[in-house]
Amino acid sequence: MPTVTPYDFDEYVELATFINNQPVFALVDGTVHFPLSPNKTVQANKGLLSATLSQDGNSILTGGEDGRVMRVVNDAAEVVSEQKGKWIDVIASGPNGAVGFASGRTAWVVANNEIKQFDHERAVEGLAFAPKGLRLACGRYNGVTLHWVVGNGAPVDLHWGGAHTQVIYSPDGKYIVSSMAENALHGWRMDDKKSGDVKHMRMAGYPTKPKSLSWSANGKWLASSGSQAAICWPFSGKDGPIGKVPKGFGARDDSMVVCVACHPTEDVVAVGYIDGMVMAVKMADGSEALLRHPGKGPISSLSWDAGGTRIVFGSEEGEAGLIDVSE
Amino acid sequence: MSEARTPVTVLTGYLGSGKTTLLNRILSEDHGKKYAVIVNEFGEIGIDNDLIVESDEEIYEMNNGCVCCTVRGDLVRVVQGLLKRKGRFDGILVETTGLADPAPVAQTFFMDDDVRAKAQLDAVVGLVDAKHFPLRLKDAPEAEDQVAFADVVILNKVDLVSVDELEKLRATVRKINPHAIIHTAERSNIALDQVLDRGSFDLDRILEDDPHFLHAHDHDHPDHECGPSCDHNHSDGAAHSHAHSHEHDCGPDCNHEDHKLDASTHDTTVKSISLRAGEMNRDLFFSWINKLTQIDGPDILRLKGIVAFPGDDDRFVVQGVHMIVEGDHQRPWKADEKRETRMVFIGRNLDREKIERTFNACVAA
Repeated sequence: MPTVTPYDFDEYVELATFINNQPVFALVDGTVHFPLSPNKTVQANKGLLSATLSQDGNSILTGGEDGRVMRVVNDAAEVVSEQKGKWIDVIASGPNGAVGFASGRTAWVVANNEIKQFDHERAVEGLAFAPKGLRLACGRYNGVTLHWVVGNGAPVDLHWGGAHTQVIYSPDGKYIVSSMAENALHGWRMDDKKSGDVKHMRMAGYPTKPKSLSWSANGKWLASSGSQAAICWPFSGKDGPIGKVPKGFGARDDSMVVCVACHPTEDVVAVGYIDGMVMAVKMADGSEALLRHPGKGPISSLSWDAGGTRIVFGSEEGEAGLIDVSE
Repeated sequence: MSEARTPVTVLTGYLGSGKTTLLNRILSEDHGKKYAVIVNEFGEIGIDNDLIVESDEEIYEMNNGCVCCTVRGDLVRVVQGLLKRKGRFDGILVETTGLADPAPVAQTFFMDDDVRAKAQLDAVVGLVDAKHFPLRLKDAPEAEDQVAFADVVILNKVDLVSVDELEKLRATVRKINPHAIIHTAERSNIALDQVLDRGSFDLDRILEDDPHFLHAHDHDHPDHECGPSCDHNHSDGAAHSHAHSHEHDCGPDCNHEDHKLDASTHDTTVKSISLRAGEMNRDLFFSWINKLTQIDGPDILRLKGIVAFPGDDDRFVVQGVHMIVEGDHQRPWKADEKRETRMVFIGRNLDREKIERTFNACVAA
């Protein structure tokens, strides 16, 4: 039986994850909480807008209303960059400590102690590093722009009409997927690197915006929120999801999936719902395990630990918890 | 989800109409409430306040580029960010650029589900430079649109115009938008409770408390005589239920010379159509409003209405921007209240005859 250790915060939980296997919760008031540590709270920002786990799993990165990008470890927070007067509402982590962040029409990368700035004609709403960290993908209105993090190579524009609000690379770097403001995902297959020729993938049919995305182990599935079930698109074949139908896991007639997180090694997806319920679903047979009963508000963040035996969650109402599924 | 949605006030006004002065007052005066203010540029605001957010206007076309379905993408992001923290603000104020089309701002609060869940449009407040508005009517359609969109119009800088000029201006604003609440001000010195937290989208108040609206109908305009080719439908002698607003809107073939000589208002391109009838057949009404807004949406700037349906104890209210229409039950009809349907359309190139005829065809048998 899974056990839940609940935590109660007063504010919206922007990020629930693990640093060095220890649960950590970043709240929108700018505080970062480590409930199992003697030093329980670190103030990262004056008003927090974005947060993500660093790729090495040793820190979290936060962006704030105070214009600061912070790196937070167990008992300290250090400034990565400061852009006065800007709201840092998008943040991404790359290999070797690289940090990408954006505010309005500008994106920045801090890597190897250098900062690089990328200006766009339209606001940057999504950021992702390519797996090796050489490129930074910026999701924006009417497409995605790929910048070279190192050197001065010309950026590549991937066009698709509409507002792209989030962008992620597949683990093998072959696909870029964006979530759109129009209840759809859009994907590009990046196999022809020279000509920039790409194949488009339109993944639509969501009743609401698909805002939470997660790749399953080895990139076989892309799980997404935005429907009554966790919608999982197959990416194992040669053409990805082109011409294939997605699978829905954890369907509930009376609720909506708002958060998804795939298990680090197995084909299992943790699903968070708008009413605060959390389930885990095996993709092989669709079998479900209830992990948390509905609470006061929508699940806002959900993550597995590296070993795949514990899950942390947070909600928009400040409820949070640590779920042990190791039996 | 049950908690009250945060009210949003949209402040429009052409360049030089006094928006920044008003914003500075709202930020500095002690009115006991906390407002987050979303501006285009910090530069003009002389106050350092952590409740001011700078945001570049980002117009997003939704649904494959339909011009009627544009939203402010930056507002979607900023408003959601602001409202993640509970009880932080009493309201949000959005300043638009002087040249901005107000439609995308208003549409953001109807179209985006995430924004709608947490925020609702309280009022569109339009500032008008009393001295220069007549000129703007000639060279800037944006200025006229801003008045057409407004729930509250503030005629600012009235100390710079004569009494006659002011009255002509007032009549012009009425002609564009007969049911806006009009205030006058010098140097934006309007009482803030006239601007903030107005509940202007409470149609009850707009359509009922506005004496002009009530008096604008039920009678033929005394000095109005239609010529043979005037496009008014005068044949329904029984009830004559179509509404004549004060400003008679003639068709292209109307032979009224007197309108051209009329010096009581400035020339405008935006017109309004007010409609009044009894109870509506529910199916016919929804089919009508959907079709009308689908076809004429680009020309309809705003629409508002209170609708009576037979056997329905509640008043049904509708409002819309271009092709977007939203409707909901509002409150029970009062015992002493006449169960009737009233609607206002504000827009350009509106076919009055068609709208009146098709509206009247929806009346319940």
